[in-house]
Amino acid sequence: MTERISFQLNGREAVVDADPEMPLLYALRGDLGLDNPHFGCGLAQCGACTVHLNGEATRSCVTPVAAAKGAKVTTLAGLGSEKHPHPLQAAYVEEQVPQCGYCINGWMMTAAALLKSNPHPTDAQIREGLSGLKCRCGTHMAILRAVKRAAAMA
Amino acid sequence: MTSTDILRQDLSRRGILKGTGVLVVSFAVPAHLAAAATAVAGPKPLDPTQLDSYLAIHRDGSATVFFGKIDGGQGTDVGIAQIVAEELDLPADRVTVVMDDTTRVINQGGASGSFGITWGGKPMRNAACEARQFLLGLAAQKLKAPIEKLTVSNGVVSVAGAPGKTVSYGQLIGGKFFNVAMKWNGKIGNDLNVETTAQAKKPADYKVVGTSPRRRDVAAKVFAQPTYVTDVRVPGMVHARVIRPPAAGAEPTAIDESSVAGIKGVRIVHKDGFLAVVADKEWDAIRAARDLKVTWSQSPAAFPEQEKLYDHIRDAAVRKRTVEKETPGFEAAIAGAAQTVSAEYEWPFQSHASMGSGCAVVQIKDGTATVWTGTQKPHYARDGVAALLGLPVENVQAIWRIGPGSYGRNDAGDTVIEAAFLAQQIGRPVRLQGMRPEGIAWDPKGPASIHRATAGLDGDGKIVAYKFESKGFSRLEIDSNESDIAYSIAGQQWGVPLKPIEAFAVPDESYQIPNRLMAWETIAPLLDRASPLRTSHLRDPVGPQIHFASESFIDELAHAANADAVEFRLRHLTGRDAAAVKAAADKFGWESRVSGSAGNADADVVTGRGIAYSKRALTIVAVVAEVEVDRRSGKVRAKRFAVAHDCGCIINPGLLRNTIEGNIVQGTSRSLLEEVRFDRQSVTSVDWETYPILDITDAPEKIDIVLLDHPEIAPTGAGEPSTRPVAAAIANAIFDATGVRLRQAPFTPDRMKAALTGRA
Repeated sequence: MTERISFQLNGREAVVDADPEMPLLYALRGDLGLDNPHFGCGLAQCGACTVHLNGEATRSCVTPVAAAKGAKVTTLAGLGSEKHPHPLQAAYVEEQVPQCGYCINGWMMTAAALLKSNPHPTDAQIREGLSGLKCRCGTHMAILRAVKRAAAMA
Repeated sequence: MTSTDILRQDLSRRGILKGTGVLVVSFAVPAHLAAAATAVAGPKPLDPTQLDSYLAIHRDGSATVFFGKIDGGQGTDVGIAQIVAEELDLPADRVTVVMDDTTRVINQGGASGSFGITWGGKPMRNAACEARQFLLGLAAQKLKAPIEKLTVSNGVVSVAGAPGKTVSYGQLIGGKFFNVAMKWNGKIGNDLNVETTAQAKKPADYKVVGTSPRRRDVAAKVFAQPTYVTDVRVPGMVHARVIRPPAAGAEPTAIDESSVAGIKGVRIVHKDGFLAVVADKEWDAIRAARDLKVTWSQSPAAFPEQEKLYDHIRDAAVRKRTVEKETPGFEAAIAGAAQTVSAEYEWPFQSHASMGSGCAVVQIKDGTATVWTGTQKPHYARDGVAALLGLPVENVQAIWRIGPGSYGRNDAGDTVIEAAFLAQQIGRPVRLQGMRPEGIAWDPKGPASIHRATAGLDGDGKIVAYKFESKGFSRLEIDSNESDIAYSIAGQQWGVPLKPIEAFAVPDESYQIPNRLMAWETIAPLLDRASPLRTSHLRDPVGPQIHFASESFIDELAHAANADAVEFRLRHLTGRDAAAVKAAADKFGWESRVSGSAGNADADVVTGRGIAYSKRALTIVAVVAEVEVDRRSGKVRAKRFAVAHDCGCIINPGLLRNTIEGNIVQGTSRSLLEEVRFDRQSVTSVDWETYPILDITDAPEKIDIVLLDHPEIAPTGAGEPSTRPVAAAIANAIFDATGVRLRQAPFTPDRMKAALTGRA
């Protein structure tokens, strides 16, 4: 049973005809053709699928697409661009953070939401705010440097 | 040009040259050289004896090198660009590195054994030297000046003392083939090399090597451009999911198709033990895999009880014993020692647990197949797919796109074979991606093992005899590539017999010990088919387990000798090895004392420091760890590391630091937390809850790195060496903090607490 669901995606109107129970991730990657977020676990355990839903970091692999109805959805592609990077994106490039980088949506989207609510977090607050996200390449030290750098830019 | 631009180009070799301008040269080429450098007339087959197979100069004077390995996110390609740029006197950013397509690059072994720069860089450098020599020959003719008078800067050749007399590489050969033969060593894979008579630059003259240009893939990843194998889309593509058996070795006996009749367009593919579903939409394939009702055959309990794993290894028949080193005086030296020490260590199965499970896209069309894969070894994936489909190898093209994690032979290698089979069965392009358990429960595992050490100390506290023996599952129950379907889950589910390779290793270090016996033994795989506990290469294959044991043992010897752990090691080390140990200790601020005497053992939270040193091939690493142990909970926190790293000539210190950090953090995770759980019939580590890895709240506070650079020594590899000493450094620090020696990894709170209360 499909339903027409529309929402704002990275500032533009998006419409999908989909099973409302289908996770938002598949609407974004499949129906709407985005190359991110990523499928990591499908269990909300890793964060690779993270998007902002009305500004809040949300695991799209377990969020029904129906939950996005009328909402504002922002993905990493909507965070900034090479010309107009989000401070975190600029900091990630400066620190050369990602290795394989498949986890990147989780860390960047969660950190972006964190910096919005707490522009100058302490080291402990950054760690706490990012707890639960996974990075298998072990780039944690570079992630911490980048978030601090981004906070300093703001 | 960013890496994304390269990824997006699906150009043939001819296309690359054409794309930057071809065919017309604006000056007369001397006859003897004109015969060599010809205009591009058509695609040129890859030939390992031809310079053109490795390097091209474009009309704008930039260069492209064709590199038969891949980069998993550590910047190997940047290092290659620097090596080539150095010899060509170009800035690194004017050298593009192509490494993504079996029709464009010769097989240099893919990512393998930290050899990307060490071995992979050799033919690239030699090709660059050859090209430079050839270009200078052309320039000498063109500028009517002797070669000795020519200098090159940014790809422009000038004549010393004659300002204005210049010619650029682009003008000399841009867009044309060199048509220069090189002496090839006849090898394909890691060992491939081509010789040159041209002189390479002296390290003192390096301008590009030793600097830190940035990675080419980072911006694409940060700005969410299509990058990964998971992002590949082919017109008409369908989505597939495999269904693994609930018990290892079980096969479907009945499949209730009606259970997924409500899901649009689902097709079920079943052959012997292999089962998969395919649908137009990804979510439909996922639902079908979840909902399909399958009756499975009974399968014998293939695995031991988890708590009896090490007993199983101890008791198992030895399939192969290899003595790597034995000195004749060993027994006598042990017998005559003032003191002997023995210990045994245990290491569990570990998973690659890549961020995402494997993914591959395969399209079969008119007797040819195109494979997009995240494997580390695309040429071998091509060979495996060709064998599976019965196609000539030249009819299969494997295109590499980075996968979600790359630390050895993970589940990507199984996925590519399965996707090819499904594409053949369905008659449409297939994209297959694993769900979470496929990459944790079902990836090939790093082997579990036990390690026994005995040593004799003389009256001066020096080691006079040392025996170290490992026994465990081979590190290669399946080979580290997918060239043979016997090495894939599907192949084994189809009844292709296992072809295990018996392989392990011994400690790699340079302790000066007069008498040694260093040996390893392998035992049979637990199951004779498609096993979730089959083993293959996982970052630094068998390095972490062996050196956890050997470097913990050296610490035990230091303690027995009543010596400081650093000073004890230095008694037995010289040269660069000793320098690395000293450098790590100095950076840490090591205070000399016998470990375990920190004097804080009564507090609830105690701290300690430990050192470990090891080699990998010729790379030397020493690591000092500082840990904090909460005696109430048993939780161990690795707070601080100091690392000294000597891999010969450093190509790119910036990227090397990030690579080392990754190894230390991943190594910490494996040391403290990682252990594949299983019951008698299946692996029960299926996700991040059941296979936890290090959380950022537990990441170290600080990792200090000392890079010991030796520009005069050829680079010896850095992808993995700093993984191996981590576990022992932590274990030795735990001993220092608590006085308790952990001889079984990982150092979980339960294990630590049990050891502290004497129940270990």
